[in-house]
Amino acid sequence: MSEINATMTGAHGADAGSRYHVREHHPEQGTLLGFWIYLMSDCLIFASLFATYAVLGRNYAGGPSGAELFDLKLVAINTAFLLVSSITFGFAMISAQARNLAKTQLWLAVTGILGACFLALEIYEFFHLIHEGAGPSRSGFLTAFFSLVGTHGLHVLFGTIWLVTLMFQLPKHGITPENMRRLSCLSLFWHFLDVVWIFVFTFVYLMGTLP
Amino acid sequence: MSDHSIHHAHGHDALHGHTHGDEPGVHYSLKDYTTGFVLAVILTVIPFWLVMGNVLDPAMTRFVIMGFAAVQLVVHMIYFLHLNSKSEGGWNMMALILTIILLVIVLGGSIWVMYHMNANMMPGMGDAAAVTGHGNHDMQ
Repeated sequence: MSEINATMTGAHGADAGSRYHVREHHPEQGTLLGFWIYLMSDCLIFASLFATYAVLGRNYAGGPSGAELFDLKLVAINTAFLLVSSITFGFAMISAQARNLAKTQLWLAVTGILGACFLALEIYEFFHLIHEGAGPSRSGFLTAFFSLVGTHGLHVLFGTIWLVTLMFQLPKHGITPENMRRLSCLSLFWHFLDVVWIFVFTFVYLMGTLP
Repeated sequence: MSDHSIHHAHGHDALHGHTHGDEPGVHYSLKDYTTGFVLAVILTVIPFWLVMGNVLDPAMTRFVIMGFAAVQLVVHMIYFLHLNSKSEGGWNMMALILTIILLVIVLGGSIWVMYHMNANMMPGMGDAAAVTGHGNHDMQ
């Protein structure tokens, strides 16, 4: 009897439904959950920065306002970079899932380049603003703006460094479960940054440009 | 003998669970990503178009683009972050709900308190700031 049971368990183990069942009872080792909780705490950092911006966003101290400073075309291009990098990262994950190292590397490279373009444009924007005399010390609005957008930019920078690190690790060890886990964490991180950017362009740039 | 089989089966199961434990709990599908991407592009282009083309009046635009941001948030959560009520045995969703509660307190609270502080400032102070703002605005 027990033997039959055992065999049945084995047979069931093969089909997807029961694997799912097993997974539900033993949530996998906690890396992805832990990383998700980190992202949620990161959310709170951004929430406090957004709250600061909401409070200080109209304190121009006689300085320039968002409507005068922001170049929406530049922001639109930046948004496009980040959005496209999201789907190229998705392609990298799909390739990694299919254990196709070359394609994974290719899509990761494309994602990294898009991330670097985003950063380059943002650094250009920051230097342009500072050059115009609209640096972070000019007004409460600009302090809040630079802290919020700068923190997001730093996240993208670290995400890009992480991505480059993985591009060295992948060919060295192959697409092992460990590397797959790292990729999944970075995938969460990268898409999370895109989510934060939705709110940055909506609340800071678009609303800042409105009269 | 039967005992051994059970052990074997358990071992196999555990191994099975383990290999899958190392794998992410999600299946990355092309369909999800393309659907998400197309929706995200639409939800991004419309707010930019509304603001850059001055299509609606500003107050209306404000509400509409906030709505688009909220919808895009959900799209990204489902199609890119692969969030559903079952991922990680529901704990992902729990953490998210807690975060949203904290977010509402932090954001709502700050805006509420600061708005009332501004409204209760000594008369003239708010106006004075506005006037100076306008003065310099003209100078630029």
